[in-house]
Amino acid sequence: MPTSRRTRNAVKSRPKAAVLAGLVIGTMAMSGCGPGEADNSLTWYINPDAGGQAAIAEKCSDESDGRYRIETSLLPSQAASQREQLARRLAAGDKSLDIMSLDPPFIAELAEPGFLAPVPDDVAAATTENVVEGALTGATWKDELVTVPFWANTQILWYRKSVAEAAGLDMSQPVTWEQIMEAARSQDKSLGVQGRQAESMTVWVNALIESAGGSIIVDPEATADTIELGLDSEAGVAAAEVISTIGEDGLGGPGLPTQDENDSLIAFQGDSGSFMVNYPFVWPATNGAVEAGTLDQAVLDDIGWGIFPRMSADQESAPPLGGINLGVGAESDNPDLAYEAIQCIVSVENQAEYFVTNGNPPANTEAYEDPRIAESFPMAETIRDSLQVAAPRPQTPFYNEVSTGIQQTWAPPAGVDPETTPETSSDFITSVLRGEQLL
Amino acid sequence: MTSAIPAKTTTASSTEPGPRLDVGKGNGNGKKPRKQYSDRARAERRLGWMLAGPAFLVMLAVTLYPILQAVYDSLFQFRLTAPDERAFIGLQNYAVILTDPVWWTGLRTTVFITVVTVIVELVLGFALALVMHKALKSVRGPLRTAILVPYGIITVVSAFAWFYAFDINSGYVNNWFSWVPGIDENLNWFAQGGTALFVIMASEIWKTTPFISLLLLAGLAQVPDELSEAAKVDGATWWEQMRKVIIPNMKAAIMVAVLFRALDAFRIFDNVFIMTNGAYGTEVLSLLAYRQSISRLEIGLGSAVSVLLFLCVLLICFVAIKLFKVDLAGSQGGK
Repeated sequence: MPTSRRTRNAVKSRPKAAVLAGLVIGTMAMSGCGPGEADNSLTWYINPDAGGQAAIAEKCSDESDGRYRIETSLLPSQAASQREQLARRLAAGDKSLDIMSLDPPFIAELAEPGFLAPVPDDVAAATTENVVEGALTGATWKDELVTVPFWANTQILWYRKSVAEAAGLDMSQPVTWEQIMEAARSQDKSLGVQGRQAESMTVWVNALIESAGGSIIVDPEATADTIELGLDSEAGVAAAEVISTIGEDGLGGPGLPTQDENDSLIAFQGDSGSFMVNYPFVWPATNGAVEAGTLDQAVLDDIGWGIFPRMSADQESAPPLGGINLGVGAESDNPDLAYEAIQCIVSVENQAEYFVTNGNPPANTEAYEDPRIAESFPMAETIRDSLQVAAPRPQTPFYNEVSTGIQQTWAPPAGVDPETTPETSSDFITSVLRGEQLL
Repeated sequence: MTSAIPAKTTTASSTEPGPRLDVGKGNGNGKKPRKQYSDRARAERRLGWMLAGPAFLVMLAVTLYPILQAVYDSLFQFRLTAPDERAFIGLQNYAVILTDPVWWTGLRTTVFITVVTVIVELVLGFALALVMHKALKSVRGPLRTAILVPYGIITVVSAFAWFYAFDINSGYVNNWFSWVPGIDENLNWFAQGGTALFVIMASEIWKTTPFISLLLLAGLAQVPDELSEAAKVDGATWWEQMRKVIIPNMKAAIMVAVLFRALDAFRIFDNVFIMTNGAYGTEVLSLLAYRQSISRLEIGLGSAVSVLLFLCVLLICFVAIKLFKVDLAGSQGGK
């Protein structure tokens, strides 16, 4: 009986097997031949946005009169995953990496082993005029421009006018962390900061240390064995004091240990919202929520903005700096054509358009003159001022180790101890870089 | 692997009754005599190899080759972004890993998740298997489908669903279960190890219990009805039938289910990666390997973590097969 049943089953499943075999062969055949590429076609690996980069790609392709055609290819949504994909492709000598949208902190790591094609002098000259200082620093490695700044991001201080008024704060002047912590405490509200064990933690720590006059890495060009960290310093302790106070006193609300930029925006729009450090996407997002009817117009009217809080009243703050630079893969078949396309992509006009449509601020100060910007972003001037004083995150080929090391030792905020955390994190990162410890 | 098993059982079941001639005797070197197969058995064996052979070769190419490559890479200091600085360092990567508390905490968390999820899944899975086994014929089909639905969902998708359900901003769990002591609107499930691991394990259990219950159902179907009927006639209670007749007779199926699930649970990655990314004491070994190889691009160190992870899995297999005598072939519906 078992044999006959087996035979019957075998006969019955023969058509299924044929379909399966067809699928497998079909898949193999399809994966073997990708879309045919013409010689003048360029691939632009873009980070996800609201469609702005694809629109620019099409516009520039049309304007080039057939000299090149830019096709976009989407990268993962997380900055860390974008880096992972690009680094692996670059290391494997992928020729399709003609243009890449790169997060500035990862540029040193890719420039050091020569994964990026050099920027021609004329392109460098044409694309760096009027570009904000921080964005230029982020685009440079070992005194050489290795990428072209496209847009620059920065965090500003967003606040609820009603809370600031009730706390008696004069928001026409820059405020300090001490002041907003006190205001949140006295008004029983939550501060919007990013306490998640993620890249946003490094952004916060770096901004606090830079604002206090220190820096996370003392000598960026040092090798892994000789790297010297500035975490265990007066500035590091001051930063740890702010973070631990917010964590221990519950000033960030219960969601703080898992809070990223989006979560803090949601909390800020709620009843407990008071002050928040966050990127300009806050404005279009809040406007969108009001338009969609999920948020009251009164909340939008209550929102004010200013420059990133200071660490001490007499020292200018160093707000976080982000954004996207454009790089060309060293193995690209058409580096000259790619740089020609980049010159078109980063034109002042395109940067302004991208800000208005996608909310990503231009790296070029000239673009802020565009009248449409002031209309859609009343805080454009604050953003530009912030970009002028913003400090990039540490530039080092070992950025990933430094950043992950900070995330693992400085989160959750309530676990930070000003007496020990700066030193422990410094020791931890150093021993990871020396290959003595896992990350 | 699965394709090879039926071929093997086919051979075994058809050769046993067949004639056997001992031709090995003439060798005179004391070796075990070779089996002589009938023509039919030989043809079946050949067919078995021809059917399973290509799959076997593909498996060698996609598993054995990467494993050997990982073992080789683990002996080097090799960073993907510094290809010129690649250097042979022997077993130093292993020394770094095994002397680092991070590895041991990760191992402890992984073992904890494995033990808890497998035990809970076994109990729940057995109950579900009983329900499916006893269900009326008319509802059996829909019932099995309903039970299998979670298993059909992609792990990453289910991880996101569980994450958003428990998330302090978007979740509804805090609201629905606020009557449970300890749960209120301010409970941040992912902010500390205990509660985060609870959600991770609950999601894991929800998703893979159907798998274990299917394996157990196969075992349950193998227990002859006459045995439990005889026990019933002898006046055995339900619990006694279960303990003395049914469970002993499906021991092989239980052990296979436990082994498969334990191996799976030990390699847990998706749920942790999506929900906490290893934050606050939820780091597991697969994530540790990922962090070294993929995030840090330290191919050497990452390969060493992977090799150690592989050895742990081998150890689980060894313990199960040698010490607990799990019979992988016997449970496949054979004799």
